[in-house]
Amino acid sequence: MSYDAKFRVWRGDASGGELVDYTVEVNDGEVVLDIIHRLQATQSGDLAVRWNCKAGKCGSCSAEVNGIPRLMCMTRMSTFTETETVTVTPMRAFPVIRDLVTDVSFNYEKARQIPAFAPPEGVARGEYRMQQVDVERSQEFRKCIECFLCQNTCHVVRDHEENKEAFAGPRFLIRAAELDMHPLDARDDRADFARDEQGIGMCNITKCCTEVCPEHIRITDNGIIPMKERVVGKRYDPLVWLGNKIGRRKP
Amino acid sequence: MAGGVGSPGRAQIPWRTLRGDRWWFPPAVTFTLIVLWLLYALVRTSMQRDYFVATYHYLTPFYSPCVTASCHPDARHVGTWLGEMPPLVPYAFFLLPILLGFRLTCYYYRKAYYRAFWLSPPACAVAEPHAKYTGETRFPLILQNAHRYFFYAAVVVSGMNTLDAFDGFHGKDGGVGVGLGTIVMLTNAAFLWLYTLSCHSCRHLIGGRLKHFSKHPLRYRAWTIVSRLNTRHMQLAWTTLGTLLVTDLYIALVASGALTDLRFYN
Ligand code: SF4
Ligand code: SF4
Ligand code: FES
Ligand code: FES
Repeated sequence: MSYDAKFRVWRGDASGGELVDYTVEVNDGEVVLDIIHRLQATQSGDLAVRWNCKAGKCGSCSAEVNGIPRLMCMTRMSTFTETETVTVTPMRAFPVIRDLVTDVSFNYEKARQIPAFAPPEGVARGEYRMQQVDVERSQEFRKCIECFLCQNTCHVVRDHEENKEAFAGPRFLIRAAELDMHPLDARDDRADFARDEQGIGMCNITKCCTEVCPEHIRITDNGIIPMKERVVGKRYDPLVWLGNKIGRRKP
Repeated sequence: MAGGVGSPGRAQIPWRTLRGDRWWFPPAVTFTLIVLWLLYALVRTSMQRDYFVATYHYLTPFYSPCVTASCHPDARHVGTWLGEMPPLVPYAFFLLPILLGFRLTCYYYRKAYYRAFWLSPPACAVAEPHAKYTGETRFPLILQNAHRYFFYAAVVVSGMNTLDAFDGFHGKDGGVGVGLGTIVMLTNAAFLWLYTLSCHSCRHLIGGRLKHFSKHPLRYRAWTIVSRLNTRHMQLAWTTLGTLLVTDLYIALVASGALTDLRFYN
């Protein structure tokens, strides 16, 4: 079965652009990325799109389909009706390079700022031993494919360009959580870093990152909120402070 | 929009969102339900009547603990600590701020009202109307960090509601009795416990803050159970608003004589 679908694709670059209408063939079992490729092959050879795996694993094809941030390769055409116009735009939180391709270097800058995994002193590479129950929580966050859809959707930076400096974004808050929960990470300042450098206080836990994550990582519930609680423990809770002072409480 | 999705360098798209689904519906429902609930609670707590069914010792959670001299003597089962209340002042006026504070600082309700009341954001990928945003980094929102203290208080309150429910096993002749009201109160207390225990702060304190679960098997067990409840935290938040309202309404109707309690025993 195939039909002709109506598509509206944003074309342009940093100096300006617009939504352009297309009519394009759609076949059974196809995804939005297939249709974008067909446009490239048949109607506009210069349409820029970034992709690699077409399997939802490389995190390259992030865009917004009908206004919702998604992976184009994981958005089935069968979720739309045949008469519906499908609108595809680049991610709207990052600078656009051309057409559907954005410049996501904001994310790489934030990644570089996080202090690396730090095993305890005297434990050499190859000697890392840990129990599954201890490392389980961190593993959920390792599923991240760095598609940056969460970063794109988070209103803290999406709606406020000026916050980009102070806020690291959900992807890197769960990186902080991953390391802080890791049984072999010896740093004890991850929560302080999350508060002072990553701006965790700017997140108002409205959960849009969780809603768009294609890996279904429970970013807010399992990463950001536990991290916020750790920040409370280190910086805001007078009882914990007292407990630490008199040495009655150990993590 | 100028500073957000309209910022220079980003793809120039003149709409605040291209979402065509009914994204405004969930926040509209949340807004309406919360406003209605608060209005109901305001009216009921300031009424100063129909809060206690003396025959069966049913006390509404909105007036618990009833410890002022204005309370019906049998409702004061934990003692009389305060004098007569002036009109309109809720009998449990000292407790209501704690309950309100617990829910206001709850991680779920925060999400709900930031979205539905403050539109920050109204829905995902829908631009918010505010020009500036600092999240929970400044006064007053930085106070959200006190949530765990409200949690401690809420444990005590849930305990109190449980005591009230046990007091509701009171029959016509003064001995043990069971009626629909007893069941309603028990159900309410049970859900309040589930809501309280599924709290994110509880999850952290009970075990989440540990680095090595393997060294604390019991706390790990507890954390697993709380984590399972925690995935239902939103549902429990709404369910308890429901059970609180139903419990209060039922007791109000029985107390005012509009309804007779269905008795199973005595
Ligand atoms: S929950 Fe926090 S980090 Fe995630 S999208 Fe919302 S504000 Fe951003
Ligand atoms: S956390 Fe999820 S949404 Fe965010 S970058 Fe990783 S995979 Fe993408
Ligand atoms: S192309 Fe790799 S995630 Fe879509
Ligand atoms: S009660 Fe909701 S998070 Fe604590």
